Amino acid sequence: MTDQASAELKFRDPSRARELTRALAHVVRSLGRAPVSVMHVCGSHEQAIAKFGLRAAFPRELDVIMGPGCPVCITDVPEVDEAVVLAKQGVRIATYGDMLRVPGTVESLADTRAKGARVDVVYSVAHAVELARQSTDDVVFFASGFETTAVATAAVLLRDPPSNFSVLSAHKYIPPVMEIVAEMPETRVEGFLAAGHAATITGWGIFEPFVERHRLPVVVAGFEPLDILAGLVSLVDVIREGVPRVVNAYPRCVTREGNRAAQEKLWSVFRPVGGRWRGIAHVPNGNLRLKDEWGHFDARKRFDIDLSSLWDHAPATLTQECICGDIMAGISSPSDCRLFGIECVPEKPVGACMVSSEGTCKIWHQYGGHPDRMGVLA
Amino acid sequence: MNAPGVRLDDAIGMKHGAGGRAMRALIEQVFAPGLPPMRVEGVGLSAMDDGAALRIGDRFLVLTTDSHVIQPIFFPGGDIGRLAVAGTVNDLAMMGATDALALTFSVIVEEGFPRRDLERIHESVRATCEEAGTTIVTGDTKVMGRGELDGIVLNTTGIGMTDRVVRDCGLRPGDRLLVTGTMGDHGLAVMVHRHGLDLEGDLISDVAPLNDLIRRALEAGRDAVVALKDPTRGGLASALHEMASKSGVGILLEERAVPLSFGVRSAGELLGIDPLHVANEGKAVLGVAPEAAEEVLACLRDHPLGRNAALVGTCLPDHAGKVILDTGFGRRLLTEPEGEPLPRIC
Repeated sequence: MTDQASAELKFRDPSRARELTRALAHVVRSLGRAPVSVMHVCGSHEQAIAKFGLRAAFPRELDVIMGPGCPVCITDVPEVDEAVVLAKQGVRIATYGDMLRVPGTVESLADTRAKGARVDVVYSVAHAVELARQSTDDVVFFASGFETTAVATAAVLLRDPPSNFSVLSAHKYIPPVMEIVAEMPETRVEGFLAAGHAATITGWGIFEPFVERHRLPVVVAGFEPLDILAGLVSLVDVIREGVPRVVNAYPRCVTREGNRAAQEKLWSVFRPVGGRWRGIAHVPNGNLRLKDEWGHFDARKRFDIDLSSLWDHAPATLTQECICGDIMAGISSPSDCRLFGIECVPEKPVGACMVSSEGTCKIWHQYGGHPDRMGVLA
Repeated sequence: MNAPGVRLDDAIGMKHGAGGRAMRALIEQVFAPGLPPMRVEGVGLSAMDDGAALRIGDRFLVLTTDSHVIQPIFFPGGDIGRLAVAGTVNDLAMMGATDALALTFSVIVEEGFPRRDLERIHESVRATCEEAGTTIVTGDTKVMGRGELDGIVLNTTGIGMTDRVVRDCGLRPGDRLLVTGTMGDHGLAVMVHRHGLDLEGDLISDVAPLNDLIRRALEAGRDAVVALKDPTRGGLASALHEMASKSGVGILLEERAVPLSFGVRSAGELLGIDPLHVANEGKAVLGVAPEAAEEVLACLRDHPLGRNAALVGTCLPDHAGKVILDTGFGRRLLTEPEGEPLPRIC
């Protein structure tokens, strides 16, 4: 127990959390209206909010909406289909564990693997390169993740990987989707809590033009309970002031410029292109694809991926009732979904949000759902 | 114990053996129905407690059985033999029978299994029996063909006597909940070892016979000890759900009061596994009337196996069957794990 005390984390001090909770209630109530709606765009934020039971500590007037912050969940069906078709064609696929169960038009990679295809779960892109080095067969890394993970993929390509290695990129770029959400006619979002780890790469300065255009404040926040509470206090405070700006509430990791070396690597390998995010919309510049000069490592150029073979199949009926898109856009909650926890469970996910450890539905399922605030606190 | 709304699948899945709701549904819907009634007064299968209790005169004979499969067979802190003895001794103790009269020992082994490993397992069985003050009085041996079985399966049955049966359904509003030590050690040690995850820190299974520790606690607390359960598969979360549900109370658990070793805490964060969801094999949960809680706690802490014992929760009159977790930052419902938790791979 003594090592437990000594391991007490600075950003998990409950007495400071209580002070911040009080400050949050105070600033929210000083607005004199309800609800005050803000959105985070990061699965790790939702994970921490759920794990630490923070929703029960938020003032009732504050609505913290979960945005499209899970890279696995917004991987679009045709992207999964590309990986499935490649695997069916006999190409060896390496990908992160969460990507295995994301439903495609007909099946997931896990289904394809169960039928005999070679699909390896890897912990990192470096691990996928290692698989390629140990073999003469082609290894395709099915890459998912936001700019944070895309940098790792870029770094590997810049370090001269073996010629039998290639990348099927489903990498996404977060800043453009914030524009989409801000412009949705039904949006109630008055400000954004931006993901701290993505901002370590891009820098917080990247949000300035966004704030300018949409007149919505952005606060960059970290992932410990105190980081999130402090970020929310700061965000509501800026809403109250009425002069939107960017606030860096994660200064121990994030600078205005970000990580220049990482940005150089990212943009020397990837280019942003428009594409669909599952359930959300077409997001201009939301997808990261390999630049032409990296074509020899681009699985889409290297292989003839015939998606039409899958398209005669009608999607499963349950899938049509899935509201993952609305959940990720912040319009609905998992509790609004008829399938949540009944037909759609982590062992048998219908929608992508129930697959990933960063998916809102999976997180709610794991941590007991939206707390009945009055009930649980009584 | 009923598990409302759990529909049984057509085929058995791994979750049906994981000790949670799915397993209870399987027992209720397949194994329990239609059995002839019990011939004597006591606690039977439908109670789904840690064991059965049969009245013999003015005392109770407690009977429990457990099969053991584990990969790897030898793991940091123990092996399948120690697990088989301690598991059954502990199930007896959780019914109040802290004196394990005797055990049976059945082994089903795969053709080709090394004799050296069997001897090693036997030595561990012998030593653990000695530690628990019991012995093996009968047994059975079967061999199956190569590939028909994964190495070895052990089954132990234990009997003991008690004057008072302690149930897992005896909690009342206001009762305090104690754990006898750190949580999650066995589950995380085995998981890290099984997946070959190279983690720093000493993750060691807590597998141990608890009958002596529980005897002391029962002597100190007497009738004030109203419920006992060992949080094995499904961890503390499953044990508390079962106790809350059977007792018809809610439970408020103070997360920060739950003792965790530094290694378990770190591995849990890294792997995305909640230490409250994984197995313990040398720990117990005690429900104690509030006026006796401190005394029982002090008694537990006096014992080498209870040094890290702690008061972790309180029973509530409302929220029956629910476990509310106070994280120190807010509150949420603690979920009951379904199936074996898997490390996050992303």
